[in-house]
Amino acid sequence: MNLTSYPDGEGRLSIHFEGDLTIYEAAQVRESLLALLDGAGAVELDLAEVGEIDSAGLQLLLATALTLAANGGSLCLARASAAVAEAIGLLGLGRRLPITSLA
Amino acid sequence: MSIEQALQTFTAECRELLHEMEDALLAGCKGNMSADSINAVFRAAHTIKGSAGLFGLDHIVGFTHVAESVLDAVRAGQLPFTPELIELMLSCRDHMARLVDEVAAGHLDEDPALADAGQPLRQRLAAYLDDEPAQPVVAAAAAAADSADGAGHWHISLRFGSDVLRNGMDPLSFLRYLSTLGSVLHVAPVLDTVPTLDRLDAEACYLGLELALHSSAGLAAIEGAFEFVRDDCRLRIVAPGSPPAAYRALAEEFPEERETMACLLRECGSWPAEDTVTGTADGAPCADLALEAEAADSARPRERRSQEKNSVRVDADKLDHLINLVGELIVATAGANLAARRAQNVELQEYGATLNSLVEDVRNSALQLRMVKIGSTFTRFRRVVHDVARDLGKDIELAIDGEDTELDKTVVEKIADPLTHLVRNAIDHGIEPAALRLERGKPAHGTIWLNAYHDSGTVVIEVGDDGGGLQRERLLAKAIERGIVEEGRHLSDAEVYALIFEPGFSTAEQVTNLSGRGVGMDVVKRNITALRGTIQIDSTPGVGTTMRVRLPLTLAIIDGFQVAVGGSVFVVPLEMVEECVEFRTDDGHDYTNLRGTVLPFIRLRELFALDGAAPSRQSLVVVRYAGQRAGLVVDGLLGESQTVIKPLGKVFRHMRCISGSSILGSGDVALILDVPSLIHQAAGDHARLIQPSESAFA
Repeated sequence: MNLTSYPDGEGRLSIHFEGDLTIYEAAQVRESLLALLDGAGAVELDLAEVGEIDSAGLQLLLATALTLAANGGSLCLARASAAVAEAIGLLGLGRRLPITSLA
Repeated sequence: MSIEQALQTFTAECRELLHEMEDALLAGCKGNMSADSINAVFRAAHTIKGSAGLFGLDHIVGFTHVAESVLDAVRAGQLPFTPELIELMLSCRDHMARLVDEVAAGHLDEDPALADAGQPLRQRLAAYLDDEPAQPVVAAAAAAADSADGAGHWHISLRFGSDVLRNGMDPLSFLRYLSTLGSVLHVAPVLDTVPTLDRLDAEACYLGLELALHSSAGLAAIEGAFEFVRDDCRLRIVAPGSPPAAYRALAEEFPEERETMACLLRECGSWPAEDTVTGTADGAPCADLALEAEAADSARPRERRSQEKNSVRVDADKLDHLINLVGELIVATAGANLAARRAQNVELQEYGATLNSLVEDVRNSALQLRMVKIGSTFTRFRRVVHDVARDLGKDIELAIDGEDTELDKTVVEKIADPLTHLVRNAIDHGIEPAALRLERGKPAHGTIWLNAYHDSGTVVIEVGDDGGGLQRERLLAKAIERGIVEEGRHLSDAEVYALIFEPGFSTAEQVTNLSGRGVGMDVVKRNITALRGTIQIDSTPGVGTTMRVRLPLTLAIIDGFQVAVGGSVFVVPLEMVEECVEFRTDDGHDYTNLRGTVLPFIRLRELFALDGAAPSRQSLVVVRYAGQRAGLVVDGLLGESQTVIKPLGKVFRHMRCISGSSILGSGDVALILDVPSLIHQAAGDHARLIQPSESAFA
């Protein structure tokens, strides 16, 4: 799992994921996210390059959304791979994690 | 529990189910296919499909699904369970077993060769399904859900335990699986416990689900989907048509979030927007369902759990280690007792005696742990008999007796192959063709029987048939032709029958693909000998043959009887010792008169060429094995002791009359006498007096 982040010029932080987002990566991704999100407000996640995702991965996304909301920020999923979209659909998380566009 | 362990559980469970399936199908072959056995077959296929789905083993799911669909039709009475279909199901079962074996071997993806092998089966199965309204394979379950037969709205409430993810389970896979049982109408995630990132344990599970499922599957099937997380989640299932009270009760279970729950339930369409009495219009028949659901909620898991507590799966290695330790303990105790005796400390000796009896108990219960019933090995032969009899076009019944007889697990495992060979041999060579049987006035269908019982410290396993019996003259002629036996020699019946265990010996006129190539029986004999066992044949021409395999109960520790010859100590397995008498009449003969019967004996001093002259008082230990008796002349009797058997090194592999060694408390080595071969020797020596020739079977 590779995370690259860059400010998108409108005060938003854009984070690009690449790789799998499963229980095997979850602990490490959490660390990376914690570091990246420190003090961030609006964040955009680009999940177009995510291969596999499982419930642990989805939990991470939910926790990220919660963390941002608690700090007055917001999370949006800019793009999502088919696997991510399917998993979100299966668990009925569409409302909590709206996807703006499919990859 | 790691994913590997979960997979191990999966394969073990599958094998058990496949076993049940086979039993039920074989019962069906005999013409008694009860509704129970049909259900058992269906349940096995169904559960395997479900469990395989949890692991994402799509090829197993795919194959099993087709079989399950056919079985479902059978269960519903739409298809007759014809003998052909039963045969096909047996083949499917075997294919499933191969698929499971692949998984057990660590190949999670489908093996193309196996997929090809499964294709014809799939086609034959599909032919049965074509008679019904055509259903695309994958959508079959969903389609069934829409049919009128009891498809309904199930509500499933799930709260996963925090270790679910770590245990290799994923709520997503349950949802994927449920969608094969019916259509998932709505999923409402319960995310109240998901914390913010800084407090998140990335590998713990915080999820809960409320979901509505439209399915015709039964409660058991839906519950089955959660088999692997049963202990690790809170599962509530509300059956279709349950009164609103059932939902209210469900909401009450979460007092602090009652409102949210009510919301979620409405969202799922499970609970009518207004909780009115309208729902009870058809309440009467539904009450039972609700009760059933409730009973399943509480009673069934509890029952299952209490069953689980009654037995523990233990790694065989751990047991072996325990047995080894007990062995060391016995040796150490013997040493301590010896030291106590030398020190002439009475108190110490008393403690030593107590310790000794405790160690003996520990040994017995440790060995008991390894004891398994032979029944499961026996029932395996139902299939062997069925298949072989079918291939040969013979009608054969298998009678099983003594399946509760227990013996050491290692022995059970190692005896299965030789027994298979004996059974095949009995079917092929023993049982005559039906026409010949009728001519001989026997029933057209042959009988093979398996029997097991304990006899003086050994287990006897019998494989019998009511066939033609061994033909003594033909065996002898063949043996002479092959140069195994010299012409003109007189052999006892037992010796002639034993010829069939000679390498390369076969009297079958026709070589079938099963037996008759002359390989096998000698291997059987070798395998049995390697287990310190013997095999014996009884045969009556025209009536039948019985092969009697004798095996030691255990391979590790025995009760021994120590005897001394010169400076050496020998151990005789206690179970084989019949009595000890004073030996007086040393007139040069190799036999003596024991209360009116002739008893051949062996002088151990001579046999092992030990130094020193025989003392004036010698003893005779009478040993018995497989109905034969012999005496052993020794210098002194040292008494009983527990003996840990240490195998002899390779160098001594060809030593006769010695089966192993043991370490005494003093640290000395004692040799364990091989009573069966001693008795042979004694009998042989005895026979030589009458007819001087080397016994071919000693």
